Amino acid sequence: MKNFDLIKLPFNKQNPITVQVLGVCSCLAVTAQLKPAVVMAVSVTVVVALANLIISLLRNTIPPRIRIIVQLVVVSTLVVLVDQFLKAYMYDVSKQLSVFVGLIITNCIVMGRLEAFAMSNPPLPSLCDGIGNGLGYSVILVTLGFVRELFGSGSLWGYPIAEKLGLYGIGYENNGLMIMPPMALILAGIIIWIQRTRNKDLQED
Amino acid sequence: MFDNLRRLIDKIKPNFVEGGKFGWLQSTFEAFETFAFTPNTVTRHGSHVRDAVDMKRAMITVVIALMPALLFGMWNIGFQTSLNAEDWPYELGTAASWWYCLWFGFLRMLPLIVVSYVVGLGIEFMFAQIRHHEVNEGYLVTGLLIPMIVPVTTPLWQLALAVAFAVVLGKEVFGGSGMNFLNPALVARAFLFFSYPTHMSGDKVWIAADLWGTDAIAGATPLGELAAGSLPSDTALDMFIGTVTGSTCETSVIAILLGAIVLLVSGIASWRIMLSVILGGGAMGLLFNLIGANDYMQLPFYYHYLMGGFMFGAVFMATDPVTSAQTNAGKWIYGLLIGLFAVMLRVLNPAYPEGMMLSILLMNSFAPLIDHCVVARNIKKRERRKEAVR
Repeated sequence: MKNFDLIKLPFNKQNPITVQVLGVCSCLAVTAQLKPAVVMAVSVTVVVALANLIISLLRNTIPPRIRIIVQLVVVSTLVVLVDQFLKAYMYDVSKQLSVFVGLIITNCIVMGRLEAFAMSNPPLPSLCDGIGNGLGYSVILVTLGFVRELFGSGSLWGYPIAEKLGLYGIGYENNGLMIMPPMALILAGIIIWIQRTRNKDLQED
Repeated sequence: MFDNLRRLIDKIKPNFVEGGKFGWLQSTFEAFETFAFTPNTVTRHGSHVRDAVDMKRAMITVVIALMPALLFGMWNIGFQTSLNAEDWPYELGTAASWWYCLWFGFLRMLPLIVVSYVVGLGIEFMFAQIRHHEVNEGYLVTGLLIPMIVPVTTPLWQLALAVAFAVVLGKEVFGGSGMNFLNPALVARAFLFFSYPTHMSGDKVWIAADLWGTDAIAGATPLGELAAGSLPSDTALDMFIGTVTGSTCETSVIAILLGAIVLLVSGIASWRIMLSVILGGGAMGLLFNLIGANDYMQLPFYYHYLMGGFMFGAVFMATDPVTSAQTNAGKWIYGLLIGLFAVMLRVLNPAYPEGMMLSILLMNSFAPLIDHCVVARNIKKRERRKEAVR
């Protein structure tokens, strides 16, 4: 039950983006379309889950003074693996994501979970915590990607919905602001607003 | 007639108070009642009246100040079409044509104003209802400003979307009138500018082709011509009077100055801000004149006052008492930087022909910081004085 809670909490009260406000940079950069957002979400989930597991296994042997460097080595190894995998099997998405796959190394969620959780917890809870945080991040990313692609490009997963529905014929137009990163920030803000309205214990003062 | 209305309101009032049948509609009812009649409730404890000007009166004064620009803008909409349309029902230059210009512009402006008020007030009422606040008058001015600063051919659904965005995310999310840090009317315009650039810039949006629809006749604004690398084809006098293309009500400097007089005499807008915006724009214009690297830089500095939305922004937008700096020294800094940035954006960035909107929004977000610095400096100064006396 406790492990299940670790997976469940990041969806709402401990969400990495809307509550801890971590990983915002990539959430603005890769969510203009749904496909890269989903790929990015999966990549981060894999990296944070495995990194949590590995660091948790090593936690008693890592000298505290150099723990950040050890964590970085583990994370970068995983990120390079993910990057090579994407280049091999999903080259077009990998090009769209460009540097942001590499930048998972600096994603605050990964380092934050390693420091705050994996360093002081056994492997299984750490794995669950990693999966939970990765999925909590994914929920926001996919939501933003869905809304931004639908209203910004009139399509979903590359399928031109607005055109097929004949919306352009009656004067509909795509919203240019949706494709720009600031709109992702505004949408994330709206999600935070809704979440805090529904959750009284998240409200400050 | 008023007696009957009073009696009707009194009769249905019990339904709308706390615990009544429609108790949840309390603030909507209250808004309409105080719109029709002066409230008869009396303050029981000591009251703190500092000035006879309450928000309602201040807002009405601003609306009055906007009237010259609005009327001229309506006439100019028709006038621009009459110059360029293939079939205009009256001979140009006749009195009949003159009046028809005003009528044509009125019919073009009316849907924009109606959409702006219906959507904006609808959202305001909704939020007041949910939060159990009173509906206040802040939107009266914003709702009129928004249609005045967009091109006449803006599609109505886009305007409605922009108004909803501005009212919810520019204002209500921060707590409603008086709490917003960005000017809501400019938020609406910025939303349109970045969302639907083909309807907000270029040279095929400024002149309505006919009474209905969003078709436009080609015609560049002076700023558009400059951004494209040529000099404005309109004379300075035309631009001063306002018979040029542009957003609906921003073209006439004379009409805006009439509004400025109303605002300054009534003391609602700050003369420091208006003056400093104008000085800042002039200073930047003169600096570019000194550099003189291209035709745009060599343009006489006073042209910047006459073109685009500079004067409209300086008089009606920058002076918004909620979003501008509050301290006197802060107002000077705030205004000067608005003018500087507006002219700098115009001349140096061809992607944005008009810099006024962006520079006011930028300085809106810096206004609290400016105030903070001014206040901190003042505190330090007074402490030093205290030390000296001791």
